[in-house]
Amino acid sequence: MTTTTEAPAVVPNATARKLTYVKAFNEGLAQAMREDENVFVAGEDVAGYGGVFRMFDNLLDEFGPRRMIDTPISEAALVGLGVGAAARGLRPVVDLMFMDFIGVCLDQIVNQAAKMKYMFGGALSVPLTITTASGAGLGAAAQHSQSLEAWLAHVPGLKVVMPCDPYTAKGLTVSAIRDDNPVVVMLNKVLLGSTSEVPEEIYGIPLGQAHTARQGSDVTVIALGRMVGEALAAADELAAEGVEIEVIDPRTVQPLDTETMFASVRRTNRVLVVHEAVTFGGLGAEIAAQIQDAAFDHLDAPVLRIGAPFSPVPFSPVLEKAYVPDRARIAQGCRRLLERS
Amino acid sequence: MAQKKSADAVAHQVSAQVIRDLHERMVRIRLFETEAGKLMEAGKLPGFLHLYVGQEAVAAGVMAALRDDDQITSTHRGHGHAVAKGVGLREMYAELYGRVTGACLGRGGSMHINDLTRGMLGANGIVGAGVPIAVGAAFAARYKGEDSVAVTFFGDGATNIGAFHEGANMAAILGLPVVFVCENNGYAEFTPQSGHMLLTDVADRAAAYGMPSVIVDGMDALAVHRAAADAVERARSGAGPMMIEAKTYRFFDHQGVKGLRHPYRSDEEVAEWKARDPIDLLETRAVADGTATRAELDDVWQRTRDEIAEAIAYAETSPLPDPADLLLNVYSG
Ligand SMILES: Cc1ncc(C[n+]2csc(CCOP(=O)(O)OP(=O)(O)O)c2C)c(N)n1
Repeated sequence: MTTTTEAPAVVPNATARKLTYVKAFNEGLAQAMREDENVFVAGEDVAGYGGVFRMFDNLLDEFGPRRMIDTPISEAALVGLGVGAAARGLRPVVDLMFMDFIGVCLDQIVNQAAKMKYMFGGALSVPLTITTASGAGLGAAAQHSQSLEAWLAHVPGLKVVMPCDPYTAKGLTVSAIRDDNPVVVMLNKVLLGSTSEVPEEIYGIPLGQAHTARQGSDVTVIALGRMVGEALAAADELAAEGVEIEVIDPRTVQPLDTETMFASVRRTNRVLVVHEAVTFGGLGAEIAAQIQDAAFDHLDAPVLRIGAPFSPVPFSPVLEKAYVPDRARIAQGCRRLLERS
Repeated sequence: MAQKKSADAVAHQVSAQVIRDLHERMVRIRLFETEAGKLMEAGKLPGFLHLYVGQEAVAAGVMAALRDDDQITSTHRGHGHAVAKGVGLREMYAELYGRVTGACLGRGGSMHINDLTRGMLGANGIVGAGVPIAVGAAFAARYKGEDSVAVTFFGDGATNIGAFHEGANMAAILGLPVVFVCENNGYAEFTPQSGHMLLTDVADRAAAYGMPSVIVDGMDALAVHRAAADAVERARSGAGPMMIEAKTYRFFDHQGVKGLRHPYRSDEEVAEWKARDPIDLLETRAVADGTATRAELDDVWQRTRDEIAEAIAYAETSPLPDPADLLLNVYSG
C-alpha cells in the first residue's frame, strides 16, 4: 500500500495526550483495521481475552470474531495461516505472544513467509505482520526473555522493527501492516506500561529510517529497542560531565538505515552500539562492520559494542540485572571511547 | 478360610499404604503451592507462577506408580509434578526466590525446575516441548537395556502443537515405553477446550497414532493411580506407549493467584469443581473405610506445614547467585 501518512512530529508538550506503549500499539492496530477491511488479527487469547499483555483489548468488541480470531496453541499453523491468507491478498496480523515461541514456527517465517515472493518470481507478495514481545527484565527466564532480532534480520525477505516508546510503537505498527512484506514487530515487555505523547490520528513511521533521538557531538550511541531509553538516560548523566552524546534509534533493524549512522559518525568520530541481545553475532557486529567499512577514516577509536553476555537469560533478578545492558554500562562505554582518543 | 482372610488383609494393607502415599503427595503439593501463591502475592517472588492446585490427584496418582529411575517431563505448571516426584522442597523454594541454592542454581525459576536424581527432566516454558523429550528419554532407557519408563505431562491445550503429535507418533512407531498423561483442566490459558479443539476427549487423539488410551477422573487419586500403574506396567513390559487423559481443574488462575481481568469461567463452574477437591475426596474415603483417622491425616498436614515453613526459611536465608558466575553452565567441559 502506498498511502503513507507522514508521521506527525512530536513537539514536547505537557498538555498533550499521553498513552502507554500497549495502548499506543492497540490504537495503531485498530486504526489500521478501520483503514483496511483486509486486516485481521489471529493468535492465542487475542480476541476473547484481549491478549496476555492487553495488546488487543476491546478489538473483539469493535471488529467481531471475523477479524479477531482466537487460535489453538499451534504457532506453526498460526504463522502458516498468515502466510496463506497474505498470499491470497489479506493483511494478517498474527501474534506470537513471546518472541521465544518463534522456535516452534521458524520454518513458516524463514522458509515460507520470507521467500515466497522471491520464489514465485514476484507474482505475489506476503503482507504479513507478526507481533511479539521480546526482551528480559521481568524475571521470565531463559525461554521467555530473548531478543532474537539478529536471527530474523539475517533472513532476506523479512523486515524487523523494534519500537522504543509508545509513539514509535504506534507508527511502526501501522507501517508494518501497510507494508507489502512480512514484518516482525518486536514489542518490548519492559516498556509495555511506559508512556509518551502519541498523536490521535493514524500515522506511519517509515520503515528503514533511523531517528536521531538526541543530538550530540562527542559520541554516537546507536541503541536498539529498549536500549534507546537507557542511552538517553546515559546521555543525561554524561551531559552533567560535559560530554554530549548523540543517540540514534534505527527503529527498523531490517532494512537498516546506515546513512544516518554514517553521517553521525563523521561528526562525532566515536561509536558505541548497544542492544539487549547477546553481543556475539548480534546486530552490533553488523553495524560496527558497516561503519568501519564506510567511515573508517572518521573513527578516533574502534567501534564499541555493548550487549548481553553469551549465555541464556538468567532468572534470578541479581543475575538478570547484571545480564541486561543499562545506562551505567552505556555511560561507562562512552567514557572508555573518549579515553581512547 | 484363614488363608483367604490373610490375603484380604494383605490387599487391604497395600491399598492403605497407597492411600497414605497419595495423600501425603497431594498435601505436599497443596501446601507448597498455596504458600508459593502467598509469597507471590506478597511480592517476594520474581517472574511467573503457574499454580497446580486442584490437579494434585494427577501428579500424585501417576508418581506413586513410578520408580525413582523413571523419568518425567513436565510443563509450565510443573511444581506439582516435581513435588510428587520427590524433588526437595528447599531446592524448589530456593529456585522460586532466585537463590543459588535453588534447583537450577537460580537460573531457571518456577518454569524450569528439574532434578536428575529424581528423574525430573524439567518443567518447560515452551508448551508441548516436553513431549518429544520424554520420547527420547524412553528411547535411551531401551537403548541402554534398562527397564525404566518415561512419563510426559501436558495440558489439553498442548495437544494442538506439532511437538505433541510428532512425539506421539514417534513413540508409537518405535514402540517406546512412554506414558502420555494429558491433564485436561478444560482451559488453555483463558480459552476453554471447546474454543481450541472440536473433540470432547483428548484421548481420541491417541487413536490417530495407534496408541491405546484411557480416560480417568482426574480428581480421584486412586483412579489415576490405578490407570497409571497399568500404563506404566504395560510400557515397562515392552508393550509400547499409552495415553491417560485425566479430567481435572485448576483452582487458581492460569498464572498467579487471582484473575487479572474479566472472568473466563463462571463462579458456579469453579465452585462445582472445588466441591470435588481431590484431597477432600481421598480423606473422606480414607476415614470412611478406616484407612486413616482424622488425627492421622491432620498430622500429615501439620508435619508438611512445618517442613514447608522450614524450606521457605531456608530459601529466604540462602545466598543469591554471584553475577561473576554469569557464564556458568552455558557449556559443558
Ligand atoms: C509454544 C508456546 N506457545 C504459547 C505459550 C504460552 N502459553 C503458556 S501456557 C499456555 C496454555 C497451556 O494450556 P494447556 O496445555 O492446556 O496447559 P494448562 O495451562 O491448562 O495447564 C500458553 C498458550 C507457550 N508457553 N509456549
